[in-house]
Amino acid sequence: MDAILEMRGITKTFPGVKALDNVSLKVKRGEIHALVGENGAGKSTLMKVLSGVYPHGSYEGDIVYDGEVQKFRGIADSEGGGIIIIHQELALVPLLSIAENIFLGNEIHRAGSIDWPATYARADELLRKVGLKEPSSTLITNIGVGKQQLVEIAKALSKRVKLLILDEPTASLQENDSQKLLDLLLEFKGQGITSILISHKLNEVSRVADSITVLRDGAAVSSLDCHAEAIDEARIIKDMVGRDMAHRYPERTPQVDGVLMEVFDWTAHHPQHPDRQVVKGVNMTVRRGEVVGIAGLMGSGRTELAMSLFGRSYGQNISGRVKMNGEDVDVSSVGRVVEAGIAYVTEDRKALGLVLDETLAKNISLSNLEQVSSHGIIDESAERKVALDFRDALNIRTPNVFQKVGNLSGGNQQKVVLSKWLFAGPQVLILDEPTRGIDVGAKFEIYTIINQLAAEGKGVVMISSEMPELLGMCDRIYVMNEGEFVGELSAAEASQEKIMSMIVRGKQP
Amino acid sequence: MTTLSSEIAETQKTHVSVGDYLKHHIRDYGMLVALVVIMAFFQIWTDGVLMKPLNLTNLFLQNSYIIIMALGMLLVIVCGHIDLSVGSVVGFIGALAAVMMVSYDLPVIVTVPVCLLAGALIGAAQGYWIAYWRIPSFVVTLAGMLVFRGLTLALLEGQSIGPFPKSFQALSSGFIPDPFGLDFKLLSLLLGVGVGAGMIIFGLRARAKQARFSHLDEPLSFFLAKNGIIAAAIIYITYLLATYNGLPNVLITMAVLISAYTFFTNKSVPGRRIYAIGGNEKAAKLSGIKTERLTFLTFANMGMLAALAGLIFAARLNTATPKAGVAFELDVIAAVFIGGASMSGGVGKIIGAVIGAFIMGVMNNGMSIMGVGIDWQQVIKGLVLLAAVIFDVYNKTKGEN
Repeated sequence: MDAILEMRGITKTFPGVKALDNVSLKVKRGEIHALVGENGAGKSTLMKVLSGVYPHGSYEGDIVYDGEVQKFRGIADSEGGGIIIIHQELALVPLLSIAENIFLGNEIHRAGSIDWPATYARADELLRKVGLKEPSSTLITNIGVGKQQLVEIAKALSKRVKLLILDEPTASLQENDSQKLLDLLLEFKGQGITSILISHKLNEVSRVADSITVLRDGAAVSSLDCHAEAIDEARIIKDMVGRDMAHRYPERTPQVDGVLMEVFDWTAHHPQHPDRQVVKGVNMTVRRGEVVGIAGLMGSGRTELAMSLFGRSYGQNISGRVKMNGEDVDVSSVGRVVEAGIAYVTEDRKALGLVLDETLAKNISLSNLEQVSSHGIIDESAERKVALDFRDALNIRTPNVFQKVGNLSGGNQQKVVLSKWLFAGPQVLILDEPTRGIDVGAKFEIYTIINQLAAEGKGVVMISSEMPELLGMCDRIYVMNEGEFVGELSAAEASQEKIMSMIVRGKQP
Repeated sequence: MTTLSSEIAETQKTHVSVGDYLKHHIRDYGMLVALVVIMAFFQIWTDGVLMKPLNLTNLFLQNSYIIIMALGMLLVIVCGHIDLSVGSVVGFIGALAAVMMVSYDLPVIVTVPVCLLAGALIGAAQGYWIAYWRIPSFVVTLAGMLVFRGLTLALLEGQSIGPFPKSFQALSSGFIPDPFGLDFKLLSLLLGVGVGAGMIIFGLRARAKQARFSHLDEPLSFFLAKNGIIAAAIIYITYLLATYNGLPNVLITMAVLISAYTFFTNKSVPGRRIYAIGGNEKAAKLSGIKTERLTFLTFANMGMLAALAGLIFAARLNTATPKAGVAFELDVIAAVFIGGASMSGGVGKIIGAVIGAFIMGVMNNGMSIMGVGIDWQQVIKGLVLLAAVIFDVYNKTKGEN
């Protein structure tokens, strides 16, 4: 097999930083090539160089594609050559239809007048290819993230793609949607389309990849052929983080004490459709020093349960009772629920957790300004000290606490959101997808922090789509499906198979 | 003096050069430099008329109401909204005051508080729909703009009402009394010297406090030069004013309000929360901030400041006219954006808005003295607004790459 793409000695510098240092990447025609590395390792930068976002001349080195040295000046150039990138943040227009999105900027027209019948027919055909069962006239806003991902791929196919690049395609997908997507990649491979898959998830990578390149700190540290040698996940992780990681989950001896939080018969309805129950009569117990997991598919009501509990931040007609330390508490507003000792760390840190334009210090103090102020006047030195303490305690990598959080990496941003809620001094922390979109090293650090919190006697509720993470971290796991808890498993009895079968079979009578 | 020497040591330890510092803070000083350049330009082209004590006094009187409203508008814009109704509220409150004092012969001491309260209620009435019903502020205040312009006409029955009692006029055209009885208003100068010295002393204390937490990015030489120049400018301006009638009352009002709102935005808990709402409303709400209530209060505050501006404007003209305050909202909003606030909320400084208002004011004044027609004045002001925002965006994108 010849190489469809060869990037030779790519070096890209930004003022003060060498983002890529003499990186070479060779992708064979018709293979699935995985690009792995921690956040900030240079994966996205490398792909931006390839696609012409950073035009020829702004980097050193050569791009050889389809046997010729290419000088892409912009995305239009690279797309013209059949290189299509699907970014992690999907670029679809919510209020346009699937078909309109697929052909956006590439409309089927006759003399400037759009040929709608052809557009919809062609779109339906593309949707069949990617296995999406939706009419192409459906608006993007009415389909889930998993389906949107497929629309992006259909869009790529419409442009006669030769080299498809997927940047963390499964980061926001459910297990089964991820599987479907990966199957699709394998199908494309059969049709001769080459793919580059950027991912953090090693289990996915080892399932589909033909070869793997590991990037670390802007350099390609290793590459391996999956057919020539067995994939050694431990070695890949070691290459990614630059150190040995004996265990993916830190050791912990649980010291579970009395009951801390109890939730009785918690029910919430959809904010727009009052007759739809999104959370149905959930009962939950959290003990001191315990890490409790909530497993379930996306859309099963996990986030809705957490947010409706957290000061009715989601839904309407919410009913149910919450007890802390055996006493009823008022959870009717965010202020009250925080006072009761409950904190919620959102799954969407950028949209719901942080003020990206503000500094670390201001973000951390936001949920508990009272503690760094007197008579309504903020004591900035006290605020600074709090921020410095959290920076050191949680190992947030930043030169100073006056850095805008928008400039930090995902893992460090997550630590800032955690700091913010730790500063509010809760007894129970509900962590919604605490490791989404952050790299292996940072994940380990977050796990360590969770264990520390449990060791301090706090109760931790962990919502996650990654089952291995729940199995590795939790003392007890609730399984949620379609708004209700369908089962409960102790750490000893839990396994991925058991959780899945509970979800699939639904509530047992 | 121990603080000063430890301070120098601290600065040497961190060692940031003046050039580096300026590069990172070009946004903070760019507009101040622009103001100084614009003033110098007009000082030369008007043969020194601009800085004549009489003209300087007029400059403050003419711009006081814009600056006062810019303080409230900054909060509204930082909160992620806009208020188009303030010009009409200026007219309406002027009319209300005129009707109360002239037609009903009510005393000034009753009229002023009632008018301020009326302004706050007007702001609250608009803020209610914006905050609790989530109706876009653009629409609500556009409606308010029409409603209160109409009510102004209705109250005045299309006529101008005036003149006002002396004590009311003093709101705008009065000067602070001078106990020394000289031609030269010594008290005014002393106040200026006091403010200048206070600024340097407080600045040094704040620096010493910052240094303890090893966050001292402003070089000492730069700090001294900056504060020295600003203090000297304040003293010089008060000196000039002292050779005429002394400090106008409205300048004192303005200075007090500017300090109060600067403090509010920088140091107070609600001030900080308003920035958080503008920066990310959902995150603010999930952090336990009562976003609706704060938005509502921000508009009530804007209404009250617009009422104060309305009173000062009416006092200055000594009559309430149906046309009072027409297009003021545009000057106020322009001042805030020239001062570096972001349309999307969360970013902006009081001092920036004040400088923005002065840039507009000096240009109005200077061009009028030079005899530039009102037509070209508008064109030039429009271009300056555009240039200021382009400068902002350019700096921001440059910073990101």
